[in-house]
Amino acid sequence: MPRPPSPSIPEKEFVYGALKQSLRLDGRAMLEMRTPTLTFGPELGWVECALGKTRVLAQVDGKMVKPPPEWPLEGLISIHSELSSMASNEFEPGRASDQEVTITRMLDKVLRRSDAVDKESLCVLAGQRVWHIRLTIHVLADAGNMLDCACLAGIVALKHFRRPEVEVVGDEVTIHHPSERAPVALALHHTPFCLTFAFFPDADAGTPPLLDPTHLEETLAAGLLSVALNAQRELCVVQKAGGVPLAPADVLAIVDVAVAKARELDKVVERALKEDWKGRNVEVR
Amino acid sequence: MSLILPGEHVPAQHVNLKLGPGLLQLSSANERSTIISTRAGEVRNTGSRKWWIEGNSRRYVPAPQESVVGAVISRSGENWRVDIGSAHMASLDGLAFEGATKRNRPNLKVGSLLYARVSLAHKDMEPELECFDAQTRKAEGFGELKGGFLVTCSLKMCRLLLDSEHFLFPLLGSRFPLETAVGLNGRVWVNCKDPKQTIAVARCIEAVDPDGGGMEESAVKKFLNTLDV
Repeated sequence: MPRPPSPSIPEKEFVYGALKQSLRLDGRAMLEMRTPTLTFGPELGWVECALGKTRVLAQVDGKMVKPPPEWPLEGLISIHSELSSMASNEFEPGRASDQEVTITRMLDKVLRRSDAVDKESLCVLAGQRVWHIRLTIHVLADAGNMLDCACLAGIVALKHFRRPEVEVVGDEVTIHHPSERAPVALALHHTPFCLTFAFFPDADAGTPPLLDPTHLEETLAAGLLSVALNAQRELCVVQKAGGVPLAPADVLAIVDVAVAKARELDKVVERALKEDWKGRNVEVR
Repeated sequence: MSLILPGEHVPAQHVNLKLGPGLLQLSSANERSTIISTRAGEVRNTGSRKWWIEGNSRRYVPAPQESVVGAVISRSGENWRVDIGSAHMASLDGLAFEGATKRNRPNLKVGSLLYARVSLAHKDMEPELECFDAQTRKAEGFGELKGGFLVTCSLKMCRLLLDSEHFLFPLLGSRFPLETAVGLNGRVWVNCKDPKQTIAVARCIEAVDPDGGGMEESAVKKFLNTLDV
């Protein structure tokens, strides 16, 4: 399937004109995010996150491996994400488009390099056995802003996942099955959330940035700014792609908005996880 | 309610049988020819002459004499290549407009929207478009669409919008003046004076779409009251 064409002239002109009046196509406010819907699967660590029509599935899996000799005391975390043609007919399997590379890199920075998961707690027997946590992200549908959805799905999956309990006696390692001993949650230092803002041409002439762009807004944007932070006002990643020059005051204003949104997201995530936990029966007599 | 899947045999028999969308006549070696369906949906017929398949999908398959909204992608010599959402790009002759001569051609740009009629559509060939009515050879609304906005919807929704009995456009038209061009390829061009009104129309079309929930008239009225139009 050849690359779909860029938006037609009437669509472009309409979107730019409407944005000058701060009107978005789906009726949202400029800085309003679509409400995320989190669905948990039967297994622990399986989450589907939906932001409007954008849907991303995240799954966490853990197994014990021998650590590399350079870092014998830390566990391993690997993130695997691939945009298949299921997400949209713009993506071809095997060929990584620019957008896919950006998403993979941002996921890596936000979920792995920001030290969200405590790697030292994943060590079972120094130099011999550590946990290798594997996070797989599948994008099911692309209606704009796959990155935020994927980061949210990823971090919620990591919070949802429980690894089997391990007992170490001397040099012997016993892995207890979840039915014998309750599985243990991963130790997370903090919960980063990613928020993407889109900028349009003549930003200073009156088109303010918007949060959580849809597919058409993303395609027509002149630049995208992604900010990843946690509810404790700690910035993890700031990534700006695209040539719209921004004044420092603008960037700081965006970060303030992002802080407020991150707090809201944190509450939504906690509520969803609590409700799901009530419905599960992981008790062991 | 007889639900039928692609490839199933349809018992349609008449001297002057007229096959509508979704049905194909297969002639086999012995003289019997069978009618099979090429789409999933419900078999409908008026009398026993006209038969067709009624279903919903999002991917358009071009058929002759259908009006579609297309976007110009590129120019190849005298022809324009237009995207109508089908498997192949359609080609539109530069002279296929009302009153066009070699010296006097319409000035289309890459990215302009057009309302055109499919003049030729075969399974394995590129479809061809024309921008004038087949009988009168006049524009009759076909041609370039300037301004406005494009809304995508499912194929069933466009057929509902073209039905004069459907409630949506009269309801919207009673609130504010609007101009639309409905393409049978799942695209609707809308033009209103105020962007808020265009956005309201786009959101109503998405809400009433059977794929997106299928809102009913009273719910649409309530929805319109919450918007500022």
